[in-house]
Amino acid sequence: MKRPARLLAVVPALWLAAFVLVPALIVLKISLSAAATAQPPYLPVLDWSAGPVGWSSFLEALDFTNFETLLGDALYRDAALQSLWLAGLATLILALIGTPLAHAMARSPKRWQPLLVALVIVPFWTSFLIRTYAWIAILKPEGLLSAVLLRLGLIDRPLEILGTQAAVLVGLTYAYLPFMVLPLYAVMVRLDPSLREAAADLGASPIRVFWSVTLPLARPGLAAGALLCFVPMVGEFIIPDLLGGSDTLMLGRVLWSEFFSNRDWPLASAVAILMLALVVVPLVLLRESGTSDRDTVR
Amino acid sequence: MGGTGSTPRLDLTGVTKRFGDSVAVADVSLALAAGEFFCLLGPSGCGKSTLLRLVAGFEAPNLGVIRVDGQDMAGLPPHRRPVNIMFQSYALFPHKDVAGNIAYGLPDLGRADRTGRVRDLLARVRLENFENRRIETLSGGQRQRVALARALAREPGVLLLDEPLGALDRGLREETQGELRALQRRLGITFVMVTHDPGEAMALADRIGVMDRGRLVQVGDAATLYERPATRFVASLLGDVNLIPGRVAGRDGDWAVVQTGFGPLRARAPGTMPGEGEAATLAIRPERVGLGAGTGPAGTVTEVTFLGERIRRRIRMEDGTLLRASMPAVAQAPDPHGVGAAIRLDLDPEACRLLPA
Repeated sequence: MKRPARLLAVVPALWLAAFVLVPALIVLKISLSAAATAQPPYLPVLDWSAGPVGWSSFLEALDFTNFETLLGDALYRDAALQSLWLAGLATLILALIGTPLAHAMARSPKRWQPLLVALVIVPFWTSFLIRTYAWIAILKPEGLLSAVLLRLGLIDRPLEILGTQAAVLVGLTYAYLPFMVLPLYAVMVRLDPSLREAAADLGASPIRVFWSVTLPLARPGLAAGALLCFVPMVGEFIIPDLLGGSDTLMLGRVLWSEFFSNRDWPLASAVAILMLALVVVPLVLLRESGTSDRDTVR
Repeated sequence: MGGTGSTPRLDLTGVTKRFGDSVAVADVSLALAAGEFFCLLGPSGCGKSTLLRLVAGFEAPNLGVIRVDGQDMAGLPPHRRPVNIMFQSYALFPHKDVAGNIAYGLPDLGRADRTGRVRDLLARVRLENFENRRIETLSGGQRQRVALARALAREPGVLLLDEPLGALDRGLREETQGELRALQRRLGITFVMVTHDPGEAMALADRIGVMDRGRLVQVGDAATLYERPATRFVASLLGDVNLIPGRVAGRDGDWAVVQTGFGPLRARAPGTMPGEGEAATLAIRPERVGLGAGTGPAGTVTEVTFLGERIRRRIRMEDGTLLRASMPAVAQAPDPHGVGAAIRLDLDPEACRLLPA
């Protein structure tokens, strides 16, 4: 019994080592290297034939120049801040839209719920890229939204929204909504309805029931949804590239241009490591607060 | 919130609730006095919990009126009703501690008042110093007490209890029954308790309402329901009973003669149904079936079961009808009514009830 169980744990560990840990270490190494016009386009490269001397000269050649560049140059700092700002704002908007949506889904008649869940998932049947292109068609000055608003007389000249941060927020919110709604729904649908009834019975208005019972108990779903959205949004590339303008500097775009346009692999790797840190640190903090929360209440 | 003497605390008139094609509660009328302990008794699915949910306001009746202290509850959402409910599952808030649960219904009280109130309520259910305990650390019996304290916090005019003791094991249940009864007496709150356990209903309630397939078939105190059941369902729900099929041979006021398979029997027959010539059932409790040597109907003892304080006998009548007789065990050797003994039944007409077939 014990041995197969241990073997089962080895498989994901090997998988994670091969496809997460090793690539991350490679990226980390490249981020400590210097760019070079060579193949591969960075230095140093470990000389296996030189033995220990090769190792020591290899390690000596590694430094934090790229990170100093990143921290010293306002461009990268602004890109990092803007990524966090846009991802954070979009996460907030997603929570504000997703929570009532999931709440309504979880409270609708049982026989409707599979259909509602399917409707949330249906957009995935179309490629993410195509859906983002569709938003260009909607948001561009001569696009659908502009035309409708002009026809209704709500605006008097075409919308200048495409190429702005607002367009990026629209795109992020649209693309990530299922990742917010589904975990929230999964938690809310399992909440015992008699808890809400008990709260109402004890004099709580529907609004107080929601704030004092439903929302606190749905917190694990909200946290999961926020993570599932915030983490990939920080590094999002396609949406800011297609919907954003030249002023939308998100880390994903910076990374892309360092890698492909400037062919500066080390700097691009340093951006990637920075992004990882930006995402991992709040994640760890969140877990810490979660566990300490559970400890203090006992 | 004290009702005037003549106004019932809780008054149901013709309350009906349908779910699609099925009728969960059918034309229930009932009036409860202030301070009464009332039990709704019936098997699962008889509509008793739905009736409770209608009073609490979680469901709206299709027909009928629900009044509390004369005030029509129609259209009032649960949070505006002067009643509270204790759920079978207790429905305690897992993210709040004991004090947080109990004080949930008291948001308008100041901090000091609230602390004092919570302490009083905890003392009432004998859970002193449990304020800061998490719900998940409590035993089933402790949870039951917290749920009760929380439901009492708002001093409701009517407290609804949905199988409040159903989740407790038997020893604890009997102990808690006594406490619940004492608490209700002390507080003077009208309790409406749903249960499927006749013993529990008889032990606790001032009056019992028996429900069968959505209908309230009989209301009365435990002795009335036991001694004078209105239907076969009520008779067999409240204890073991011999139900003897027959036909009404004659009626004389509150008395009737029923022609059974083993001869005519006299029985108490209040009301007018079933009438002369109609099919009927004669009900008699096993402990009221006497064994004698007189002139009563003849039968043979086929089985004797010794149950400690009682002895139960199975008796086959001449036409094959099987009856049960139960009597206190008395050391008597040799047993004059052992297996195979020919006996005569001694049936007190006062103990025989005429019921619809």
